[in-house]
Amino acid sequence: MAQAQAQGHVHGDHHHSVKRYTGIMDWLTTVDHKKIGILYLLAGGFFFGIGGIEAILIRLQLIKPMNNFVSAQVFNELITMHGTTMIFLGVMPIIFALMNAVIPLQIGARDVAFPFLNSLGFWTFLFGGILLNLSWVMGGAPDAGWTAYTPLSSEYSNSHGVDFYTIGLQIAGLGTLIGGINFLVTIITMRAPGMSYMRMPMFTWASFITSAMILFAFPAITVGLVLLSFDRILGANFFDVAAGGNPVLWQHIFWIFGHPEVYILILPAFGIISEVIPTFARKRLFGYSSMVFATILIAFLGFMVWAHHMFTTGLGPVANALFSIATMLIAVPTGIKIFNWLFTMWGGQITFTSSNLFAIGFIPTFVMGGVTGVMLASAPADYQYHDTYFVVAHFHYVIVGGLVFGLLSGLHYWWPKMFGRMLSEPIGKWTFWTFCIGFHLTFFVQHFLGLLGMQRRIVSYLPHQNFDTMNLISTIGALLMGVGILLFLYNIVVTSMKPMNAAADAWEDGRTLEWSIPSPPPEYNFKQTPLVRGIDAFWKEKMAGNKAMTPAEPVGSIHMPSPSILPFVMSLGLFIAGLGFMFSREDFSNSFMSFIFNNYLVLIIGLMITFGAMITRSLIDDPGYHIEPEEQEEEVRA
Amino acid sequence: MTSAHAEHVNGELPHEPEKATLEGRNKTLGFWLFLGGEAVLFGTLFATFLALRNSNNDGPTAAELFSLPITAIATAILLVSSLTSVFAIQAMHRHNLQSLKTWLIVTVVLGLGFLGLEIYEFYEYVVHESFGLTTSAFSSAFYTLVGFHGAHVAFGVVWISLLIAQLYRKGLTVVTAPKVYVSAMYWHFIDVVWVFIFSVVYLLGKVG
Repeated sequence: MAQAQAQGHVHGDHHHSVKRYTGIMDWLTTVDHKKIGILYLLAGGFFFGIGGIEAILIRLQLIKPMNNFVSAQVFNELITMHGTTMIFLGVMPIIFALMNAVIPLQIGARDVAFPFLNSLGFWTFLFGGILLNLSWVMGGAPDAGWTAYTPLSSEYSNSHGVDFYTIGLQIAGLGTLIGGINFLVTIITMRAPGMSYMRMPMFTWASFITSAMILFAFPAITVGLVLLSFDRILGANFFDVAAGGNPVLWQHIFWIFGHPEVYILILPAFGIISEVIPTFARKRLFGYSSMVFATILIAFLGFMVWAHHMFTTGLGPVANALFSIATMLIAVPTGIKIFNWLFTMWGGQITFTSSNLFAIGFIPTFVMGGVTGVMLASAPADYQYHDTYFVVAHFHYVIVGGLVFGLLSGLHYWWPKMFGRMLSEPIGKWTFWTFCIGFHLTFFVQHFLGLLGMQRRIVSYLPHQNFDTMNLISTIGALLMGVGILLFLYNIVVTSMKPMNAAADAWEDGRTLEWSIPSPPPEYNFKQTPLVRGIDAFWKEKMAGNKAMTPAEPVGSIHMPSPSILPFVMSLGLFIAGLGFMFSREDFSNSFMSFIFNNYLVLIIGLMITFGAMITRSLIDDPGYHIEPEEQEEEVRA
Repeated sequence: MTSAHAEHVNGELPHEPEKATLEGRNKTLGFWLFLGGEAVLFGTLFATFLALRNSNNDGPTAAELFSLPITAIATAILLVSSLTSVFAIQAMHRHNLQSLKTWLIVTVVLGLGFLGLEIYEFYEYVVHESFGLTTSAFSSAFYTLVGFHGAHVAFGVVWISLLIAQLYRKGLTVVTAPKVYVSAMYWHFIDVVWVFIFSVVYLLGKVG
């Protein structure tokens, strides 16, 4: 059912009466995937900044031996929140920002399958993230590591920090799950005529597989977080050994989610690199079908390797051997991808734009992270590496050197499509070099710190263990990475003051459908659904001498969904309910506070707001509205 | 161009009104995927239960606690409610609104009957057997798994009731039909989950 969604043609009565908002209400109520993409980028960028500041504080504490910059408790909170914030609230939303901004355009769709749910996914993520970060000002942040291992997180963590972690991630995770389902259905049913699966751009393919992984991985952490919050708040005994519970159960549940999660993070980056490199090499992607196959294989194997995080837990030699081998197998499809990118560049006319610099820089950096990954996959060797800075170096090479490089490449690449303005190339190149050099300064030495025996997650270290110089270098590198990010922000500010004049085909060598429509695209994306005649659909038309895509339908009235405040209200209700649940067993000095919290009134009010909004949504049909051909002409002229 | 959509405008519903519009088809597909996620959710809860089911911490064990007659009746009620929800969808495909509403009401009543038995069961355990959420790891896992399922049934009862109200107000259209269809999918899913709960929790608890 890949035909165009020819909506809005048979209804006799067209609805023009739908209220359309402006200003802040427009952003609170929007269901337009392009605006939701921008919201994801703003919110994700904000949390990325918080996570970055936490990283700098960690590095400042470790700049010299026996430093007293922060206390041990604050240090634990910093490392916990740095990891949690970066993964769940920083890079995941920026991935969703690019998916929202690009995927409907790449498949020739006017919208996503569920515009309302798309908005709901964003707001639940944002309220979950706010709830998690409120912990800083409400009695202390989570302090049990981003993995929240029990019993450290259950019996030995006595502030509300871990409650903020369980409830905040629960709400944010709901948004991610909703987003995943939305993109799966969008890609399955909303593709333009002729866009078969094997003609989809690689970023769409990668996002498709990522969404499937989200669907099957996130429910596991949902359950894990429920069990942990029941243990902590209601006194259940899942992880309490004294009552028959089992702390290793948490490790299994966490990593059954957690390992697929790292592929959820990296696959979209693979997709971005697979778009940027062909564009700036002026060659089609080498080995497209092997790329698709490798992506699916990585996703499949990604679910089979969770216990490699638990080699030292004591699962026994058989389990360790099997998980070891499965982990090493992942290097095969990943290697296929690396060679495909190299062969794409081979013989191409490469232009070194800042976007392409990040993409090319990604390849050797990610390979280094991959090689240490195979080293860690060897269970006997892992006994040596486990919980040292070697592991820290490894996962920062794949997550920062892989994913963040990919995201920065994608942001430079699609910025003109999202905002209609080209980012400054000179500043972009400065961003790349400061960030890239800063990154390697920070993390390369950490391999050796780990091999020398420096443990991760320690607040300070004694002098004269050969740690001092390398920690100093690492901190200098972290500051340089900070400079790189500040340069990127400066670039955004400078660019936003320039006129909005990016061309539709902003890089002139665009290959996929998003470059065939104006930058930024009109509300309805495609005035006429395009007919796709091959892989790299737009490039194919350009090579055939056409200026634009061949339309698959006549110009007509376009049906759009109405904006709605309900997603915001539903998420607000969950936020209130979360706070209510978290403090339901708290001893308040104020009698009113104890009345409303200890009787679960806040929890009930929050849930009533959410369910009330859901019922409203169900009872009142959304007729949407239509954009007539005359209005479409006006928008193009404007 | 969906011809089915056009038929609706002429006042005629297609045979499968839930699949007449792209929105309806998207909703069905999205819901199938959601159920895939729900399967992982319950799978994780089952795994937790299996890991902890013998850790009774000197509290009651499964064999001492469970009463198969009551759960057998609950099982029968829920299985029959799945059948009545099939009848509802068949009535929808015949465009028989009255029959559709009747079968949905029967489904809701059976769902309420199941919930009543479950609440009675939990009440008995807590009050007479001193078997609460905090008694043991087994009790925590039991109440979380069975309670999650019960909460799903309760959500389904409220959801289908609201749909019945909508059918009274709006009738059967290409907008209401997909809603009824996915609620039936949901109902079958929680029925299947119960079959596993009956086998893994109750039968295995009695004999294993």
